[in-house]
Amino acid sequence: MKSIEELKAIKAKMQAEIGTRDSLTDADTRIVVGMATCGIAAGARPVLNALLEEVQSKRLSGVKVTQAGCLGMCRLEPMVEVYVPGKEKVTYVKVTPEAVKKIVSEHIVNGNVVAEYVIKNI
Amino acid sequence: MIRNHVLVCGGTGCTSGNSKKIFERFNALIAENNLTGDVQSVMTGCFGLCALGPVVVVYPEGAFYSQVKESDVDEIVSEHLIKGRIVKRLLYKDTIKEDGSGISSLNETGFYKKQMRLALRNCGVINPENIEEYIAYDGYAALAKALTEMTPQQVIDVIKASGLRGRGGAGFPTGNKWQFAKDVKGDTKYVCCNADEGDPGAFMDRSVLEGDPHAVLEAMAIAGYAIGSNQGYIYVRAEYPIAVARLNVAIAQAKEYGLLGEKIFGTDFSFDIEIRLGAGAFVCGEETALMTSIEGNRGEPRPRPPFPAVKGLFGKPTILNNVETYANVAQIILKGAEWFSAIGTEKSKGTKVFALGGKIQNTGLVEVPMGTTLRTIIEDIGGGIPNGKKFKAAQTGGPSGGCIPSSHLDIAIDYENLLAIGSMMGSGGLIVMDEDTCMVDIAKFFLEFTVEESCGKCTPCRIGTKRLYEMLEKVTKGAATQKTLDEMEKLCYYIKDNSLCGLGQTAPNPVLSTLRYFKDEYLAHVNEKRCPSGVCKSLVSFFITDKCIGCTLCARKCPVSAISGKVKEKHVIDKEKCIKCGVCLENCKFKAVERK
Repeated sequence: MKSIEELKAIKAKMQAEIGTRDSLTDADTRIVVGMATCGIAAGARPVLNALLEEVQSKRLSGVKVTQAGCLGMCRLEPMVEVYVPGKEKVTYVKVTPEAVKKIVSEHIVNGNVVAEYVIKNI
Repeated sequence: MIRNHVLVCGGTGCTSGNSKKIFERFNALIAENNLTGDVQSVMTGCFGLCALGPVVVVYPEGAFYSQVKESDVDEIVSEHLIKGRIVKRLLYKDTIKEDGSGISSLNETGFYKKQMRLALRNCGVINPENIEEYIAYDGYAALAKALTEMTPQQVIDVIKASGLRGRGGAGFPTGNKWQFAKDVKGDTKYVCCNADEGDPGAFMDRSVLEGDPHAVLEAMAIAGYAIGSNQGYIYVRAEYPIAVARLNVAIAQAKEYGLLGEKIFGTDFSFDIEIRLGAGAFVCGEETALMTSIEGNRGEPRPRPPFPAVKGLFGKPTILNNVETYANVAQIILKGAEWFSAIGTEKSKGTKVFALGGKIQNTGLVEVPMGTTLRTIIEDIGGGIPNGKKFKAAQTGGPSGGCIPSSHLDIAIDYENLLAIGSMMGSGGLIVMDEDTCMVDIAKFFLEFTVEESCGKCTPCRIGTKRLYEMLEKVTKGAATQKTLDEMEKLCYYIKDNSLCGLGQTAPNPVLSTLRYFKDEYLAHVNEKRCPSGVCKSLVSFFITDKCIGCTLCARKCPVSAISGKVKEKHVIDKEKCIKCGVCLENCKFKAVERK
């Protein structure tokens, strides 16, 4: 180790990798992806990866991406539920990796629900 | 992208529960299901809740799976990792929310709620064999800060102001120790780490080394910078194979990354660390004996002064600190003395790790702020005593400490308070005893240990402890008189006052403290020839009452065939043959066997 910058670089790289190693708390925003067979078949895996990537690259703290089983409406998969503490749950359907970028930057960061993917609007 | 982290406990407790096989099974299934890159499996250090091991934690959900078997892994992978459904039946029950709506954070459970994990902060969080994970949690940032922003004196001043005291037993202020060594002139000085944890039932140093070895290396380098030393030694028990292996990995990685070795962070400071394996003697935990052993000689203590800070290892100025003490150093440098000194009591700052064992629900490793009451540790964190038994005493400090009765349960634990009630902090073993424990027998147990471990160099310890043990044996056999008790007490003080090192000076503590708080039990043995707890075999006898229906079970179970009787008739125990093992009492379904 020649300099402190090197140490800081390793720290930044590793923090992104192990940032999820923290228990969920009630103050966290939860983003839940339906990862049952139906969801996976409809493309939930790339959606989950896109979510993880967005949350990590934006260094969002207090935001946890987790998975769930079948969310119940298989024809509308991939589905993503967003739980912001103190607010009503928002359910997005037919989510794509492109949609994820929008959901994270507008809903999670700015607090504006992305209407075009919300279940009741489909 | 990693979406799930699977943390498998690789501490000694869980390893003995086959956690290595569990870890390998996870790896195999992760590969088989093409989850590599999605799921990361990590073997960590101790989570603390050893009673419920092997432990597996899956993040980000924070699902705490307890008592996991190798055969459970398939279900966790297929349900949780692939389908995202938490396997409820394996969850630690305290983490399941009462309304069944999901799982609550581990930090909300009774076991963790009142804990404060500073020395153990990375145990169960990082992979101890990956230096980069340690760096991610601020690892080596304190060393960087010390080397580039602080003078050696400033480092010592921060440690002094923090109020950190030695966690190995006596509680000497760490900063003062470093100052003495710094002030002595000399080109060669040494930094030593005492990892020769010998107390029966104590395993906190072991867990720190297994779960967070870099924390110790970093602190030793900081200490080296502070006192002007370029060489460190870790004296670790050979009986700790996992700790030794992880230390070796950690030292190799630190050297590879240039965090140990020449010109660290481009400064003029160089520091190297070597491991020395202990020779298996309890006395080597005593500082002068430890250094003698590192030098390659038989581990025996020598008189002080000269103190090690003046004339220590190889005759050079040396500091010796315990593993847990070092585990606090880096955080104090990073967060400041005020942060640390705000935790704890007036004279004892910070936290203390206790190895909770004996008759307690949650056997394991707990870390609490100084000043926490014994009651909180035993009842809230430890979950109380199993099988509805009553608390009798808690033993702190191992063979050097004493037994604390229930009347002192509400005392705030710190160095001074424990000394005042006849025990000591020691390294942090905490053994809980219930009403079935005979206090004379316990004193005898600890004394047997010190008799065995006395190095024999000084007479009061070598012969005194042996004679003391014989007197205790007389008590448990019902052959003692009041005079024996008086002589015992006198001998205790004689050994304390005249022994060469800490081993002998504290060896009578278990006897003295039980004499002080449980005199009635000694008197029952002496005057009534009776052991109130029914432990001392010479003083109890078993007999069968009229409740016996003649089921013959006891007769069949008796290992020495001491029970006779016809079917459906009352049985009789032959006192000549009986070895008082108690098997009949445990097996009788009609409570017809009694012990007196």
